[in-house]
Amino acid sequence: MKVTGAQALFKALEGERVDTVFGIPGGAILPAYDPLIDSKVRHVLCRHEQGAGHAAEGYAWASGRVGVAMATSGPGGCNLVTALADAKMDSVPIVAITGQVPSPVVGNDAFQEADICGITMPITKHNYLVTDANLIAETLREAFHIASTGRPGPVLVDIPKDVLLQEITWRWPEEIDLPGYKPTTKGNLRQVRSAAKMIMESKRPVLYVGGGVIKANASKELFRLAADGRLPVTTTLMARGAFPDAHELALGMPGMHGGYPAVTAMQKADLLVALGTRFDDRVTGQLAAFAPDAKIIHVDIDPAEIGKNRNADVPIVGDAKDVIAKLHAELTRQQEEAGGVPDRSEWLLTLESWKQTYPYRYDQPADGPLKPQFAIERLYEATKGDAIVVAGVGQHQMWTSQFWRFSEPRTWVNSGGLGTMGFAVPAALGAAAARPDKRVVAVDGDGCFQMTAQELATSRTENIPFITAIINNAHLGMVRQWQELFYEERYSQVYLSYDVPDYVKLAEAYGAIGLRAEHPDEVDAVIEKALSITDRSVVIDFRVDQREMCFPMVPAGASNDDIIVGPEGLRPTNEPAEAPVA
Amino acid sequence: MNGQLHTISVLVEDKPGVLTRVAGLFAARGFNIDSLAVGPTSDDGLSRMTVVVHVDRKPLEQITKQLNKLINVIKILEHDPGEAVERELMLVKVRAAGEDRPRVMEISTVFRANVVDVTRSTLTLEATGKPEKLEALLELLRDFGVIELSRTGRIALARGDKGIRERGARSKVAAVGAEEWTGGGV
Repeated sequence: MKVTGAQALFKALEGERVDTVFGIPGGAILPAYDPLIDSKVRHVLCRHEQGAGHAAEGYAWASGRVGVAMATSGPGGCNLVTALADAKMDSVPIVAITGQVPSPVVGNDAFQEADICGITMPITKHNYLVTDANLIAETLREAFHIASTGRPGPVLVDIPKDVLLQEITWRWPEEIDLPGYKPTTKGNLRQVRSAAKMIMESKRPVLYVGGGVIKANASKELFRLAADGRLPVTTTLMARGAFPDAHELALGMPGMHGGYPAVTAMQKADLLVALGTRFDDRVTGQLAAFAPDAKIIHVDIDPAEIGKNRNADVPIVGDAKDVIAKLHAELTRQQEEAGGVPDRSEWLLTLESWKQTYPYRYDQPADGPLKPQFAIERLYEATKGDAIVVAGVGQHQMWTSQFWRFSEPRTWVNSGGLGTMGFAVPAALGAAAARPDKRVVAVDGDGCFQMTAQELATSRTENIPFITAIINNAHLGMVRQWQELFYEERYSQVYLSYDVPDYVKLAEAYGAIGLRAEHPDEVDAVIEKALSITDRSVVIDFRVDQREMCFPMVPAGASNDDIIVGPEGLRPTNEPAEAPVA
Repeated sequence: MNGQLHTISVLVEDKPGVLTRVAGLFAARGFNIDSLAVGPTSDDGLSRMTVVVHVDRKPLEQITKQLNKLINVIKILEHDPGEAVERELMLVKVRAAGEDRPRVMEISTVFRANVVDVTRSTLTLEATGKPEKLEALLELLRDFGVIELSRTGRIALARGDKGIRERGARSKVAAVGAEEWTGGGV
């Protein structure tokens, strides 16, 4: 069968069982948009390529499948850059397809030409420039395979316009050959045995669970390991939902704005079982002072993460699902041999007492001002947690991670490693497209919201509704918090204003429903109203106390031992050298 | 410069951009490449890079692990000093007029270098050997005045009867706890 390169592209996408693509057409990608009309693939026409990129990420986060974004050459591809970098940092499987100027003029500074492969080389897992339409199907197969296996990540496929127009004989490659790509997925049994032994010998173990557990769909295995081994669990920002927060062994989120129980449990532990996590600086604080007494079992599919920041006593390379299942089996065996779970009641009691003494807290005065945590907590209560919650980056993100009580994986979507403001609205769009059966709620900051709000138009025209709750504190709140704490309250370029833009009117202009709550009394009614609307998007403008800060907090570069639980724990820093850098 | 000199052989697929990927990775992770030589191998479609870096043991491990993650990288071999044959080729144009000419020729003979170009005032020498030998030659030639210099950078093959593809990647299996170290890709 004779097909064009563009037709081959869509046949290949269909072959990969892609149901949705997020994108924007343009000159060089034009040929691909013609066969799209006849394709089974749904194209969601976004308003900005960055939005398309984050939507593809949101789709991948929520579904576990590869998200796809499409853009034209030059500016189109360049606008995908932030989303690709975000996906690289957070190991999100996406494939980006970009048009390129025709092969004969590549390198000629042609109209809308950019060397997108060169630009995205360090921020993709791999990328391709396809020079022959006969290679399109094979390249797409490789791209999807690379994006979704091993440590997932973004792959970009750049196709010149003439290659899209080239006529070829269609052939679906049954097999692909990637001699340099063979991820190790099976954990070494001998290492697993050593790990189980180390757990048996531990008096103060903690499971340090990262996003890899969600990526590997290993939540059930994790639950069995934790429950049967009586092992307390911390879930990082990337792993929220991997383990139910309501469980007695759940300690919540560790890190810079993590809870005291999680942060301190890791500091005092004699063993950390790190599962699909990378000892990121937001978790460890000052690395040299992190978990000083702990031995480390480090399980990761990426060997480069093992020993990168912290040496591992027992390294295990492999897929989290495989390794955790093996570890569970081996630990169960050793426990049976030993006549039961080792007695760690003292440790578990200590942890429980920390959970009682140091919960996340805030004070909502009855007469206002409205506290951001209150709005988020009420939202959580009203949805009963039965929603996919998406966050941007900053205070609102931390508060959402703190006050949302997760019970299932893939119900939390956010930008972790790259810290991409503006992530929430387009990612919510992508999550809602992936999971039309689920309620999707974006909790966003007013600063973040303004970076990508245009995708509300996409939501309306494509009929992909979701709720956006803007935690509007009129500021770039996290930066403001740092200036208050570390820059002697010298506020520099952080004020945005409560009412420019008018978020209710803006929502209405986009065909969404705009709602507002300024007082704690108004919160429940507004949320109830928002949840009653299912046929279009809703934007809630929660005008919250601009002075509210996010606690607990471990100042950047400080030891996790120096966690500041609340505003009363602050000490003045007059020494500029103590002012940490972000 | 910090750290030790390490020679790494990297077997790569001969695909567009692979040199940029490898070089870019070093740059992105903050390592200076001392020298880098690329050429075809006896296998069609495969090239071999020899990279020399000044780096401590620990960052070197990170670099090799990151290199392994590149899709086009098939195999990496770090050469232990003394366990590899290392060679380099150098072309050097040196002032050699009048009385200097026989003296340069004499030095060239001692180092088994070939004269590959002659002018009234200069000689161009071609020399091969271990990098230390080339350094020694160069040191002597500097007295006469080196006009121009071009070096290939180091290439290396491990001693013994095995090729790079048959070799285990050091003792990584134990080091990282893999069931089977396949030596590429994550």
